[in-house]
Amino acid sequence: MVEFTQFRQDFAIIAGWVNFGGKVLDLGCGDGELLTYLRASLEVKGYGVEKDDANWLACLQNGTNVIQMDLEDGLSGFEDQSFDTVILSQTLQAMHNTEEIVQEMLRVGREIIVTFPNFGYWRNRMQITTGTMPVSKTLPYQWFDTPNVHLCTINDFEQFCKNHKIDVIERKVITDGNEVNFMPNLLGNLAMYRLKSS
Amino acid sequence: MLENNSVGIVTAQTAHFSEPLTLQSGEVLPQFDVVFETYGTLNAAKSNTVLVCHALSGNHHVAGKYAETDKNAGWWDNLIGPNKPLDTNKFFVIGLNNLGGCHGSSGPSSLKPKSSHKSEKDQPYGASFPIVTVEDWVNSQARLLNHLGITQLAAVIGGSLGGMQALQWTIAFPERVKHALIIAAAPNLTAQNMAFNEVARQAIMTDPEFYDGDYYAHKTVPRRGLRIARMLGHITYLSDNAMGEKFGRKLKDKIKYSFDVEFEMESYLRYQGDKFAGEFDANTYLRMTRALDYYDPALGYGGDLSQALKNVKAKFLVVSFTSDWRFSPERSREIVKALLDNELTVSYAEVTALHGHDAFLMPDTHYHNILRGYLSKVEV
Repeated sequence: MVEFTQFRQDFAIIAGWVNFGGKVLDLGCGDGELLTYLRASLEVKGYGVEKDDANWLACLQNGTNVIQMDLEDGLSGFEDQSFDTVILSQTLQAMHNTEEIVQEMLRVGREIIVTFPNFGYWRNRMQITTGTMPVSKTLPYQWFDTPNVHLCTINDFEQFCKNHKIDVIERKVITDGNEVNFMPNLLGNLAMYRLKSS
Repeated sequence: MLENNSVGIVTAQTAHFSEPLTLQSGEVLPQFDVVFETYGTLNAAKSNTVLVCHALSGNHHVAGKYAETDKNAGWWDNLIGPNKPLDTNKFFVIGLNNLGGCHGSSGPSSLKPKSSHKSEKDQPYGASFPIVTVEDWVNSQARLLNHLGITQLAAVIGGSLGGMQALQWTIAFPERVKHALIIAAAPNLTAQNMAFNEVARQAIMTDPEFYDGDYYAHKTVPRRGLRIARMLGHITYLSDNAMGEKFGRKLKDKIKYSFDVEFEMESYLRYQGDKFAGEFDANTYLRMTRALDYYDPALGYGGDLSQALKNVKAKFLVVSFTSDWRFSPERSREIVKALLDNELTVSYAEVTALHGHDAFLMPDTHYHNILRGYLSKVEV
């Protein structure tokens, strides 16, 4: 059994959107924590994509299949519609080729899951109004060392989906592990989308 | 002196096979010898064997020394030993010399089996030794495993041409391989890569002392050709940056306006060429490069590697090196894609390395952590 130090509400939501025994590709999979969770809970056939050496090695050591490559180069090593679900968990905001990676995910996966920190969250807005860039648990970086180059709000992302003919199958917005249904673009910290091509 | 985690003093063994081996070319080797070494102990279940396949100029002496006074240990000694990434406390490791080789297995320089005519003197095969392929090697390696009573490999590992053999094992004997570690390899050679082999062979074959491959009878060695072939090889095994860092434009002394050895790089290449020409067989070099050229498992499937791998069952680790331009990461990614297409279990690492193709033999910490991490998960 795999033990988790902390219950991750976002992992539980993702698990609810992934089929039992499904074939899952996790882009920017870090140390393989999400895939390990999905293997344990849903017996998925999982592969991770990770660029960083230390994370790659951590994946190998916990038994996660991991392909070392740079997402900015696209997903040319993966066939069209060859995965049930392709996941991009809290990585979208750090991508340079944002449109390309989403298109590539839709090419490779029958469904995709995209999660990102909602820049429209009221605490971020508060920090901006005080005249500083937001720094928080979700956005822990200073403006000068952040990998986050494409931050967006829930409204921005939904406009993006509309413009790119992407259907939202389901959306969940959470703050501190709790689901937010009222004014999500203001009160939601983490936005989670289950999507497919229209 | 032996290091603490060396496999220690080793001895080579020879297995003789009297059952004929039909080669891919259709030719038949009526009988043959395979020389090999083993490290570690075969467990009772015979489930802990790792086969190490060698590259172009390698052989069966993979780890350890023949005598404490030996200057050099086996060619992959940094990887293999107690508590090393390929841990001989856990695994029973086999290294062998491929057919066509020049280190004890049947090859062009070994004596032809005695004919029935008593008047005939013992003669080396020379040019008459058949062309052998990666497929033939894997078949002969399987014979060696049968001889040792080993049904299944815990893993097969190889770099470069050795990686091609590891891949071929999973295709030819899907039930006999649990894991394959394919390092700095390719699913076939590009035209440019084959072109280097052609230049190397031409250097050997146009050497006046080559005598169409029967130089043994003339008591000569096509040393000049072999030397140039090896010099060319060494250029392609290193990256531009690695050569730059190692030699740059350093002079041995000062510019003399001559064609003598003036640059450090020339000194290195000549040294490597001379050393190799003194210890390697030219006919073997021709055959090893040809085996590289011919290997193309997708050929019978209209170039579709995914189809070629459709019956494969093994789990894979594929590793490439960023500065390797002779077996570039793109080529390894082709293997990975074909494995993914077949929904096989695979991890792929692209190691940031300066050393070019040679990196697969270097004890880089991250690279060795990758191999250690993977092999530690291999169940025996």
